[in-house]
Formats: sequence, structure tokens, C-alpha cells
Amino acid sequence: MSGAIALKAPDPAILSRREQIIADLADFLPPGTIISSERELKPFETDGFIAYRRMPLAVALPRTTDEVAAILKYCAKYKVPVVPRGAGTSLSGGAIPQEDAVVIALTRMNRILEVDYPNRCARVQAGVTNLAISEAVSADGFFYAPDPSSQLACTIGGNIGMNSGGAHCLKYGVTTNNLLGVKMVMFDGTVIELGGKALDASGYDLLGIVCGSEGQLGIVTEATVRLIAKPEGQRPVLFGFETSEGASACVTDVIAAGLIPVAIEFMDKPAIEICEAFAHAGYPLDVEALLIVEVEGSEAEMDAMLKAIIEIARRHGVKTVKECQSATEAALIWKGRKSAFGATGRIADYICMDGTVPLSQLTNVLRGTAEIVARHGLRVANVFHAGDGNMHPLILYNINDPEEARRAEEAGNDILKLCVDAGGCLTGEHGVGIEKRDLMTHQYSKADLDQQMAVRAAFDPDWLLNPSKVFPLEGRA
Amino acid sequence: MADIYEPESEADAAAMIADAAQAGRALAISGGNTRAGFGQKVDGAAFTSKRLRGITAYNPSEMTLTALAGTPVAEIEAELAENGQMMAFEPADHRMMMGTEGVPTIGGLFATNTSGPRRFVSGAARDNLLGIRFVNGAGELVKSGGRVMKNVTGLDLVKLLAGSYGTLGFLTEVTFKVLPVPRAEATVVVSGLNDAEAAIAMSAALATSCEVSGAAHLPESVRWLFGQNGLPDGPATLLRIEGVEASVADRVNRLKPFLQRYGAVSQIDQGDSQQIWREIRDVTPFSEDGSCKPLWRISCAPSAGHQLLAALRLETGVNAFFDWQGGLVWMQMEGDGEADMIRAYLKRLGGGHATLIRAREQVRAVTSAFEPQEKGVAVLSAAVKAKLDPKGIFNPGRMG
Repeated sequence: MSGAIALKAPDPAILSRREQIIADLADFLPPGTIISSERELKPFETDGFIAYRRMPLAVALPRTTDEVAAILKYCAKYKVPVVPRGAGTSLSGGAIPQEDAVVIALTRMNRILEVDYPNRCARVQAGVTNLAISEAVSADGFFYAPDPSSQLACTIGGNIGMNSGGAHCLKYGVTTNNLLGVKMVMFDGTVIELGGKALDASGYDLLGIVCGSEGQLGIVTEATVRLIAKPEGQRPVLFGFETSEGASACVTDVIAAGLIPVAIEFMDKPAIEICEAFAHAGYPLDVEALLIVEVEGSEAEMDAMLKAIIEIARRHGVKTVKECQSATEAALIWKGRKSAFGATGRIADYICMDGTVPLSQLTNVLRGTAEIVARHGLRVANVFHAGDGNMHPLILYNINDPEEARRAEEAGNDILKLCVDAGGCLTGEHGVGIEKRDLMTHQYSKADLDQQMAVRAAFDPDWLLNPSKVFPLEGRA
Repeated sequence: MADIYEPESEADAAAMIADAAQAGRALAISGGNTRAGFGQKVDGAAFTSKRLRGITAYNPSEMTLTALAGTPVAEIEAELAENGQMMAFEPADHRMMMGTEGVPTIGGLFATNTSGPRRFVSGAARDNLLGIRFVNGAGELVKSGGRVMKNVTGLDLVKLLAGSYGTLGFLTEVTFKVLPVPRAEATVVVSGLNDAEAAIAMSAALATSCEVSGAAHLPESVRWLFGQNGLPDGPATLLRIEGVEASVADRVNRLKPFLQRYGAVSQIDQGDSQQIWREIRDVTPFSEDGSCKPLWRISCAPSAGHQLLAALRLETGVNAFFDWQGGLVWMQMEGDGEADMIRAYLKRLGGGHATLIRAREQVRAVTSAFEPQEKGVAVLSAAVKAKLDPKGIFNPGRMG
């Protein structure tokens, strides 16, 4: 294990009862639900934040809400910590286990329970992948809007835990704006339902606080999500700029002109080169920054919108404008963007930052990021959702060099502080997890954090659900 | 005479609230008091944000606005309009409906999670609220969220406070998302449909790629309570299209022939269209007229709205219209105590919630204004309340 983030020391009393706990769980669950051999546990020791890893006590793979409830009831009785898990794609370490915790992975709860077109919603189990929902309704002209880069693998339960976004949320919003209801198991085994098929629920917005709570409040086993009618057409266009400043200024002016495309993605030169080498998307290599702007609607609408956007881009010295001539070209453009993380992973290890800043600060923060990374003797590639100011600097380093790993982590922390100081926040869509946990005091005062922790305790008074995440270990209530 | 508290700063508010907590003094939290009729009646010293006033940050190209909680909504709307922007969630002005006077504030708007016909496209107030500052029941100043579009840093107390009707905290400042005003709008009208047929037509329209931004049905019995607005006679099913001119024309031209299979199709443009959607938003047909007939707001699955009405019409005298594709029912009743019946039918039709907005004092006194919650959720809500307002001084009893 590398790095400076402390994980909670395991409770020796629980560790000493490991065999008993596994036997007890196996006793009341169907065969094959509990896995505990080292070989089987290995895939669960980390998630997308690979710099940290811990073996769990055991992993449970339930198939029903009742099974989840039974496991939690047992763990509550014997005060065994639980770490919920979807596909394990978290980039902030949200699903990293601990030695004294049972992981409840929901990947076997992967059924779409109901598609309701008249009410434009779908009811799904938490382990259904993000993309599977859109695929199930695509032929009928619908889709589920949030589209994180990991959508092929990540689960809707994980999306709810992190309030995931994606490239297209500039227009359609993030998970919390597309979630109508959940079935959730509380730590004591109580099953509650929040929301439903109506657009709003009565009482406090508990659904709103569960979404993005990083698995600390309960385990979501089912979700009702909104479906949206697909637009008539979609068209991504590439804009190449000679400077990052030109590209950032173009973003600000497009938004200020009242043109809200579905997506505005930004890539700097290192990111362009990495993605092009991997996806052969036809990205221009002679520019410093690239914007992918996607518009949608009828042909006439898209033409009108693009004309206005191209005009603004020209004012900012755009060098290349590349409109797609076919669906294949459009798909390639997105393939390049969506494979950015994977393609980067082929050339180096990286940590992906996720700070969000006000649009007017994009240029400043990009410049500051470059300085910070240079100061730490590292390289950075920037690929992010520019339309909503959600930045993703990828800091490249070698995970096997502890010294370099330490510097990468420090550079990351400095970048996130820069985002907060620019009026932004630590994380726009990846979550706090363990990665940004110790930076929370930079964004929030003690009173702010105490209030959040107090609300957390209303759901899980003993702090047993995903206990090492989000809040600094020091100073917990 | 009861005390009245009008803090002039956050620090003021925090000190006053800490003091009230110490003394165990109940506070009736409000902004401009125009939406105070929502929920149960509150006994407590009036505590208002109306002197916390002013826009603190607004940069139109960032599409966010920050204002102190007591800033009049009208002041913000004027500033936004000057820059061609708006609150996309189309918040209603509730004064006509509630029979109140006074100045609606931005804090009150978010505390009641107010929205309007564009709800199913642009979300409710809670979806547009990015950051808050508030004083909790212990007199501590707390902030949550920020002023950026995407933020998942920590627990989302912003959502929790939105729609908490002043029972969890005293909002001092709000930051929210704004969007450009659509340059054009038009409404396609299908005439002569009954409630069930209208539900089918609205659902079909929303399944097209025409990006409908308003879907309402006005049965014949309420149709005449709306202004003239160029609507044809008889029941009217309305589908709004907004955007740049060319795009609106294009989508209207696709939607009209599509809807002809359901009934006679016509169109109303810009001014008339804006007018009718404002009336729908503000529920003007059921404005308080002194008759004190109970007014209900029912939120349910869009396909359940007309079924609920059909069931209720067999039992009692009701008059109603539908917004949100049928998922929001505004219903005025002839008789008084029908809460249990409404809620029982609603449950049978898949759930949702019914809120008593307005009624005679005697009826309100014995009716739970908000939908009673399932036990597990009620327990959790009470626990959350205790964490924010441990002494229970904020608007005690307002949410039941």
C-alpha cells in the first residue's frame, strides 16, 4: 500500500471472530452467497482508486432485498462494519473495503423489474449497469440520461451512491435529477421506500440526501429512474484551438450566449494525443486544446445552433472545425473521449481529480494545475466536462515508485485546494471516498461537517456503514 | 402581542436562534409569509428573513445567482430578465391561491420547493438549488453545497433543506442555477378529449422527440375559469414547445400532425401561450375567493391522475385540472372532510401524495395537511429533524 491516506485500523475483536461470522452468514443465506477464500476475495480488495487496497473479511453477493436485510440485521447485531459495492469502478475509493468489514456487492441483483413508458420510468435492481437501462429502452426511443464514462460497467446503485454525472448532464442533470425513488435497507435491516413514480415525494427530501451519500446511509436495492425520449438527432463537432485559453473562453461565451449544448467536453494536448493513439478518432494533433460540442434536435435545429457556436469559436481563434459526416464518425469522436481514462491507463498510472470550478475560473485553474504538476515534477492530461466546470486533470505517475506516488498525491491535493479556493468544490461527480476525505476541512468548516455527520448518524448511529469514507477520521462526532 | 424577530444579518439570526433554543422558544419561520398556509398552523414567535435582502453575486455567464434569503422574488426576476435569464423551474406565485398578500422571498420559494409546469424538464426548486447557508436549531451557521453546477462533496443538505418548510433550519442565503429565457414559445392544443384520452395523448407527445416543456389538461368544467387566451371551446389538452424560433416552428410542425389522431388540433402563440401557462402555474382557476372550498394538490404517477379523478367523481363533487402530464392534480372539492378517501384511492392507484392546501379552519384543524408517512420513513424523518433542530423550535408541527 502506498500513499498517505490512513484507513481505520481493523477491530481485533471482529477479526478474531472472522470464521464464526462467515459461518453464521453462510448458515442463513443460500449457498454461494458468501465468499471468503483469499483467491475469491482478491478482486474486491480495491476499486478504481487502485493505489489503496485492503482485503475484506468476506464478500456477500445477495440476490434479493430480503437477503440484504438479513445480512445487515446480523451485522448490526454483532457490530460488524459493512461496505456496499456495485461494480467497483469508484475513482475515489468509495468501495475500498477494510479487513473487519463484510462487503455487500449487488452485482447479482441485475434485473430490470419494470419499464413503464406511459410514466416514462423504469424500476431496476441496484446491480443493473447504467448502460443496460438505456439499452433496454433504446429500441422504443428512450434513454436514461446520466452517462458516466464507466457506464458499461458501473451499476445504478453505485451511481446513486456517488450521484454520478457524465458528459451529457449539462442538459439532463446528474443522477439526483433523474432518480424518482429507491427501495433501501437501513443498517438495522428495516426496508424503506422513498419516492416512487411521482415527480416529488412528501416530507423531507430523504431521497435527495441518500443520493450521493456514498453508501453511508443505507443500501439501495432497487431504484425507479426517469426515462427520456431520445432526440431526433445528435451531432458532435470537434473544435481545435491553438491555446487552452481560447478554448476556455469559447466555452464561457457559448454558455453566456444562451446556447446550452448537450455536452461540451475539453481535452488538452496530452489528452488528445493519448486518446487519438488509442481510439484513432481523427482528433487534430496540431492544436493545444480540443472541444467536443454536441448539439441535438432536428436537422434544422442542429444547423442553427452549430452555426451560432462556430461563429463564437471563430472569435476565439479556432483552428480546426470538424463536423461529422456519418454516425460512425460521431461514434468515433465519443469513443475517443470516453476511452480517455482507459487509454491513459495504458501509458501510465494516473490519479483522476474531479474538482468543479465556476466557469469564469476555468483558464486560471488550468494554468494553476499546470504549475502545480510541474512543481512536483510530473505530467498531467486534462479531459473534462467544461460546460459545467467539472475538471478532470489526470496526474500521470508510476505506482511502483513510492516517492512519485507520494508526489502525485500531493499534487492532486494542491489542485483540489486550488479548485476550492477558486470558488469551486473538491468533487463534482466522483465522490469523496477516501481520496478526498482528509481535504473536507478545506472546503467545510467544523460546524458544516458536524452537521453533515449528525445527519449521517440519524441513519447509522454506530457508524458501521462504509465507515472510513467521506469524513476525516479525526474529529468524528 | 407575540414577539417578532427580524434579523438583519446572519450573525444576528444565529444569536437570536441560539437564544431561542436556550429558552425553548418556538419560532414561526417565514420569508414574506405568502406561503405560510402550507402545512399545519404554527404557534410561535414570528421570525422572518425579510431584512436579509439583496443579490450577493450574479455573473450571467456562470449561470448562477446568489442572494440573501429575504430578497424579493420579483427583484431577482427583474435582474434575471434584464440579462435574458430565468429560474427554469418556473416557480409559482402562490398569493392568489393562498389568498395572501405580501412579498414572496427567494428563501421562502426554496423552503417550500416551489416549482411550475416546466418541472418535468427543468426539475423543481430542489434540483436548481446549488448551495445554501442556514442557521440550525442550535444557532450555528452551516453551509452546504456551493456555487458550481456539479458538486457531490459530502452529504447533500441542500436537498434536505429545500422543501423542509422552515422546520430544519433558517435559510440566510441561497445560490441557484439560472438558464436563458427561451426566445420563443407556442402551445399545441388538442380539443375535446376526456381526462383518460388526454392522458394518452400527453404521454404520446412526451414520448416524441419534440421536447415538450409543458403538458396540462383542462377539463371542460375548469376550462372557463381560465382567461380566453385564444383557446377553443371545450376541454383543452395543452403541450408547450419552447426554444429558438426556428426550432419551435420545426417542432410544432412535427407535433401537430402527430396529435391529430387524438382530436382537433390548434395552436396558440407567444403571448397567449405565456398567459395560459402562468395561470396553470399559479392555479388561478382555484384562487381563494372566500368560499373556502378545500383545495388539494395531488402528486402521483402521470397515468394515475385521471384514474384518481374518475374514482373520486363517483363519490363526491370535485373540480380539477392536470399539470405535469397528469401527475399533478389541482382539485377543488365541494364537500369538506375527504382526506382519508383521497389518500386511500391514491394508495390503490400506486401511491403518491395528497396535500391539503386550503380549507376552512375547522377542516384544517382535523386534517393532516401533508400525506402521513409510512412508519419507517416517519421515524427517520423525526431523527433527521432532531439532528438539525434538537430543541424543536423551528415551525413546530408544521409538517405534521
